[in-house]
Amino acid sequence: MHIPDGYLSPATCALAYAVALPFWLVAYRHAKRLLHTRMVPLFALFSAFSFVIMMFNLPLPGGTSGHAVGMGIISIVLGPWASIIAISVALLIQALFFGDGGITSFGANSLNMAIVGSLVAWACYQLLAAGAPLQSRRRVLAAAVSGYLAINTAALLAAIEFGLQPLLFHDAAGTPLYAPYPLSVAVPAMMLGHLSFAGLAELLITGGLVAYLQRAYPELLSLQAGRSDVAGAAVRSTRKLWYGLAALMILSPLGLLAAGTAWGEWGVEDFANAASRQQMALASGQVAPPAAAPEGLARLASLWSAPFPDYAPAFVHSANFGYVLSAVFGAGLILLALLLLSRLAGKQGLAE
Amino acid sequence: MSEQSFIAGGHRHGGHFAERLVHGLQQALEHSLDAEAISRQRGLLQGLDPRCKLLALLSLMISGILASQLVTLLLLFGLAVLLALLSQVSLRRLYRQAWLSVLLFSGVIAVPALFLVPGEVLFRLPLLHWGISLQGLRSAAFLLGRAETSASFALLLMLTTPWMHVLKAMRSLGVPVLLVALLGMTHRYIFVLLQTASQMFEARRSRMLAPPSGRLARQVVAASSGVLLGKAFQLSSEVHLAMVSRGYRGDIYLLHSFHTRRRDWCALLPALCVPLLILWKHA
Repeated sequence: MHIPDGYLSPATCALAYAVALPFWLVAYRHAKRLLHTRMVPLFALFSAFSFVIMMFNLPLPGGTSGHAVGMGIISIVLGPWASIIAISVALLIQALFFGDGGITSFGANSLNMAIVGSLVAWACYQLLAAGAPLQSRRRVLAAAVSGYLAINTAALLAAIEFGLQPLLFHDAAGTPLYAPYPLSVAVPAMMLGHLSFAGLAELLITGGLVAYLQRAYPELLSLQAGRSDVAGAAVRSTRKLWYGLAALMILSPLGLLAAGTAWGEWGVEDFANAASRQQMALASGQVAPPAAAPEGLARLASLWSAPFPDYAPAFVHSANFGYVLSAVFGAGLILLALLLLSRLAGKQGLAE
Repeated sequence: MSEQSFIAGGHRHGGHFAERLVHGLQQALEHSLDAEAISRQRGLLQGLDPRCKLLALLSLMISGILASQLVTLLLLFGLAVLLALLSQVSLRRLYRQAWLSVLLFSGVIAVPALFLVPGEVLFRLPLLHWGISLQGLRSAAFLLGRAETSASFALLLMLTTPWMHVLKAMRSLGVPVLLVALLGMTHRYIFVLLQTASQMFEARRSRMLAPPSGRLARQVVAASSGVLLGKAFQLSSEVHLAMVSRGYRGDIYLLHSFHTRRRDWCALLPALCVPLLILWKHA
């Protein structure tokens, strides 16, 4: 899971740092506001804890062993922002001092494990444990599932980063310059180990830890428990909307069944293609389109090229899966934009 | 840690889980003590200003990632070997802590690329008839070459610079003071918690008559992690009170005692030129 130096291109590393930076800043501001002078000792100890439990080789059923990252448990106890900082610092020490994970790929490792892992673990735990009493078994199950999901999401992200390298970075002869395997190899190879051993280790340690904390240190679990009730109420009130959104995403391949092209949504290349010209004429009441693409359209067409042209990312071969992926990606972007807007509006409201 | 690391060379895979943990702790402590001992020796890298050294070695690592010719990677690897020899770092240590660990981890990942990367087939394996492509061979060499070169430079930085100097150098180069303080404290408490954990496991082991079953071992690890979490939380409160009682109000001050000399600039400037040269050659 710790990506060493040399596996990712400089552009990918720089992009990962750029994506991780806002999360680090937000996490830092949250922590500073809430903890002030407590922040440095608390995070130092929890970073050290994260480092140490990465050294615990947990015996797994079947005779193998695996180690956890601890993103689940720190998110559950201290919340996602504290977990982002604590695990990032642990990863930086691992990279700098112990050579576990690269220095150039530290941004990507933090993004996968500290940021996405912590946020997924926290969201999953808050969702599943919402409203449950501190001592309930549901909290143990929620913790176990959140740990499992978090490490697998982080692994999937790492696999996608690996899988994109040969597509984007190769020499003239087709030699991959960085991680050599395409998505079709990188994703299954990475996920096989994480869905089984590594995921199981994170599942057992997160669930086992919460079960132990319920008996020995319930006050540690109560630090974030109040939030789960608020989050639970919010989720319950909008649950039907979420179900609807998920159904729409799953049904999105129905778009493939639609015959012909959407009127007016033509590209420059459609004007040169005989079949496309026929469809354009059909959609326009048999009025023949112009012989060549209009000059303005041709000039502006090259300004922006979509990341997922025709709702089909280049690396996905199944059109239906490409449609669902595009729907998930698009919905995610819209939700992110709305979240940012609501935060901005919320801040302005407070200022007034 | 079961992945590529400077202490993976002496990793122990057999034995009881508590034994492996104690062994891991010993390895981490040994690495730390060795690094301190080597950083006190007289050598080329030890004599450089830590700020210039940090920048120069990071620049060389970035050069290794930027390089798109195997010859460039080979030259950078040769430079790492030369720097090690001039800095009293034995090649045996580089082999044990960096090269072997990278070979075991990245080698396993690189080998299937020989067969899986499509391209011009150079030869086929006698019995399996799997074709080894030129592109596969080159991509495996790139992966291993980059990983080995980067790990060598990273290890050289760690072995020739005391950890506190690395942190101070990071601060001088603009890394936020809070992060520097966090890294310093985390590094210190890693050893405290590792020692606590190994003592807990040792105490548990000394009370066991037979090796624990898998289920019991998992319960022990989970419970020990829980105790450690509780201790970490408690310790953080105590450390916080100790800091506040000594006047800590959230501001951190570090002393700087570094001075650059001509030889620091002579080392830094060529190192900074290497990635620029690679970029210029590609442009």
